[in-house]
Amino acid sequence: MWNRRKDEPADRPMGSSSSAPASGNEGMPMQTMPSRFENDPPSPSRAATIGKGVSITGQIFSKEDLIIDGEVDGTVEAHDHKLTIGPNGKVKATIKAKDIVILGVVQGNVEATEKIDIKKDARLVGDIKTARIAIEDGAVFKGSIDIVRAETPKVAAPRPQPVAAPTAAQQSLAASAGTEPKR
Amino acid sequence: MAVPPQTRVSPALQQFVRSLDTTRELRLLDLGGANSANIQFMTQLGTRLYSEDFFATLEDCFGDGDYYENQRDPARIDSFLIQTFSEQRGPFDGALVWDCLQFLRPSLLEKTVDHLHRILEPGAHLLAYFYADDRSTVVPQYNFKINDENGIVVTQRGEMPPGQPFSNRNIERLFEDFSSTKFFLSRDSMREVLVRR
Repeated sequence: MWNRRKDEPADRPMGSSSSAPASGNEGMPMQTMPSRFENDPPSPSRAATIGKGVSITGQIFSKEDLIIDGEVDGTVEAHDHKLTIGPNGKVKATIKAKDIVILGVVQGNVEATEKIDIKKDARLVGDIKTARIAIEDGAVFKGSIDIVRAETPKVAAPRPQPVAAPTAAQQSLAASAGTEPKR
Repeated sequence: MAVPPQTRVSPALQQFVRSLDTTRELRLLDLGGANSANIQFMTQLGTRLYSEDFFATLEDCFGDGDYYENQRDPARIDSFLIQTFSEQRGPFDGALVWDCLQFLRPSLLEKTVDHLHRILEPGAHLLAYFYADDRSTVVPQYNFKINDENGIVVTQRGEMPPGQPFSNRNIERLFEDFSSTKFFLSRDSMREVLVRR
């Protein structure tokens, strides 16, 4: 079951304090509400949520943090955002997001540009592609792991002064000075 | 009472790691279920790791009722082998088997080792651990986490009767289709085995 934040009133109705703009996914059974995951808040303030009584078949694109605690069959993309599969979540989908936290069940390939966090009692069957990963004891994972190493920014080597493309006159001058490669 | 994790030197792991040709991308199979330590260690060597939670699949396939009796059921055996090996993208350049084989009855054990032989590249190594005390009625089940090239951290997660006695001779016979079997004896009750395909 979900854990409540210690500083959150126990009887506060879901979404009652939300003043967030409506989700971009019109027509989707989502609501924007404060996170109630104690350990891994999807965002400091709020995230869109697919509740545990909701089933969705199709594609989900989210432009904000997203919590899935219901059932989803299809694809889920939340580029640049955090996606949390809640403890009741059952997702059969290809998933792409910036950060992914899994507490429920996922079947499908999972790709995170930053980090994947598989919590105790979570179950993931599918291939992982990510920069970083954490798996708690008690989680079940079956699949391949592809760690994408962040490219270290190349140290700016002393670059030669930008040279304009040689003009025809310069080219003929160079040729006459014998700087052309020997054949 | 929970047994605290133990750090131990593992010469077999040391040789396993040294056997890996890290100049090319390798494919490794880890049957022990994924954990962050093993993923980090193996992927830093440049390998692609395929994780299979052997015990979770055993539990799924044989866990309802008599665990060992269920391992006689051909339909369950087939289902287990399909779930464990068919979806894996071998051939592999090495397999971390840990203590998984200890909890299999002979019929399932033989087929599992057959599959391992099939999915490993010639020359690839398989690392396995067996509890050395043949007279024990129950043997511990461990989680294995790689500390570094030389050692592991083992944490007991339960105990079970072994699937059968595993003497050195039995183990040699089990891997007779492989090209070599090397034993590493330790002062504790863990027997480390490195098998070359």
